Amino acid sequence: MLALAAAVALAPLALANNYHYEIAILVGLNAIVCVGLNLLIGYAGQISLGHAGFFGIGAYGSAILAARYGWPPVLALAAAVAAAAALAYAVGRPILRLKGHYLAMATLGLGIIISIVVATEDRYTGGPDGMSVPPLALGGVTLAGERAWYWLVGALLVATVWLSLNLIDSPLGRALRALHGSEVAAGVAGIDSPRHKLLAFALSAGIAALAGALAAHYTGFITPGKVTFQHSIELVVMVVFGGMASTFGAVVGAAVLTALPQLLTVFKEYEMVVFGGVMMLTMIFMPRGLVPTLAALAARRERAP
Amino acid sequence: MSAQLAQFLLSGLTVGAIYALVALGFCIIYNASHVINFAQGEFVMIGGMAAASFLGAGLPLPLAALAAVALAALIGMALVKFAVAPARGASVVTLIIITIGAAILLRGLATVVWDKRIHALPAFSGDAPIAVAGATIAPQSLWVIGVTALIVCALWGFFNRTLTGKAILAVSHNRLAAQLVGISVQRVLLVSFALSAALGALAGILIGPITFTSWDVGVMLGLKGFAAAILGGMGSGPGAVVGGLTLGLLESLGAGYLSSAYKDAIAFIVMLAVLVLMPGGLLGGRATERV
Repeated sequence: MLALAAAVALAPLALANNYHYEIAILVGLNAIVCVGLNLLIGYAGQISLGHAGFFGIGAYGSAILAARYGWPPVLALAAAVAAAAALAYAVGRPILRLKGHYLAMATLGLGIIISIVVATEDRYTGGPDGMSVPPLALGGVTLAGERAWYWLVGALLVATVWLSLNLIDSPLGRALRALHGSEVAAGVAGIDSPRHKLLAFALSAGIAALAGALAAHYTGFITPGKVTFQHSIELVVMVVFGGMASTFGAVVGAAVLTALPQLLTVFKEYEMVVFGGVMMLTMIFMPRGLVPTLAALAARRERAP
Repeated sequence: MSAQLAQFLLSGLTVGAIYALVALGFCIIYNASHVINFAQGEFVMIGGMAAASFLGAGLPLPLAALAAVALAALIGMALVKFAVAPARGASVVTLIIITIGAAILLRGLATVVWDKRIHALPAFSGDAPIAVAGATIAPQSLWVIGVTALIVCALWGFFNRTLTGKAILAVSHNRLAAQLVGISVQRVLLVSFALSAALGALAGILIGPITFTSWDVGVMLGLKGFAAAILGGMGSGPGAVVGGLTLGLLESLGAGYLSSAYKDAIAFIVMLAVLVLMPGGLLGGRATERV
């Protein structure tokens, strides 16, 4: 935890130019979503293949309220996050009764429906061309420039990780882990599984929406490309690659997989092939994810004389 | 019957037949391996694109189609051998990501081997529209519906009358018991994936003249085929066919009478509704859970 805070504080020493800052900010935003998603997938054991939809609700909600209705950006952001969490709560009730593949497909369907609505209602959303978003401002102070955004995103990331770690050790977190292990056993122990699953779902949706709204205000522009099935998959892969049930794994996964496409441009037209290949190989050979696998390796080396 | 309704019904049946073929592919793989194959749509893409390039190389249509289907079957077998089988026993999320990774890989390969342009396949027997009940139907649509019907009958015969087909059904019911009576699960997996890939490729070749084909045509088709499989009942062959046709009709009627802008959303709204209200689908039974 302290290591992460130190890393965030010291990283600017390594970031040479605006482009690097931009990547760092994107990594941070993705990491925020992934930490939230990890609570759902890794700890509560529920799959969501539609989280880009909540990201999009945060982004477009804040954008529309700020740009089209003139709301102050911070208020628009808060409203969008609340809306995403409320939608997750409302839709989550019937959906979270499902398990395994069925839950995955239900969340997939939800995410795709959101992306289609975003792309079609062009009067509000600008359609496939996207819309521009006013920058984040509070009072008279506008947040501009890579460095300012870096500190904001970094601070929020540290706060989210802190929240996640505390949540996991709290009674709520223990209830989530219990129902991940066995929903029936958890029920026998008196844990209200539907309510806890719903809380985890709504919380991760709200966190995703927060990151989405921030992303929209940071880049000043939002397009439906951020709300697609592909983006949902990227988020899930980040969480699983980094390590399910590992908050730092989620951060590491986000960092690696956000930076990876930048590295993969070297491969030019083989970029997609390599990306797909990397996804498959890591899942086949490191199914528990990067951080837990490395941690297990380290533990084994310690034990060996 | 009004001409407009007849038109919607015919186009709905055509696209529904394609969804049925894709859904059948999902169903066969799911039954044999309990894996949701997110790369199923890519087989459709491979069928269309490969046929287009074989035709461009000078092969006559039947040979080009056969070659494309064979290619897809080979890729299907490679998929199970190198991606799915090594990860057996992994969690649901892991398997989903593996097949999605495979889909991305195949799409990337398609852009490298072919290109990102849209390709047209020639219609099997010309373009002259035929008048039916006041509506017009392209001859290709009749091919689509006819060939799909033939395939469904052939599959029924395969699964109920041949030893290999029965072996596949046996593995889907109880893998261990099938092994105990001497069925090679590995061979069943290979055959299932090859068969599903072939079905997908055939769907791609059939629909190619109508909707054209390109490197990313598999994404939506795969997802909608999956919605059809869920509508009909995951794991049920007849369900896949019924689900596919129903979904095609619902989509066509919805686009015609409700909103054409949200045509793509109809499949997913239907899927969500089925999952929430009747997870077993139209033909699947109520699932009971062992505690």
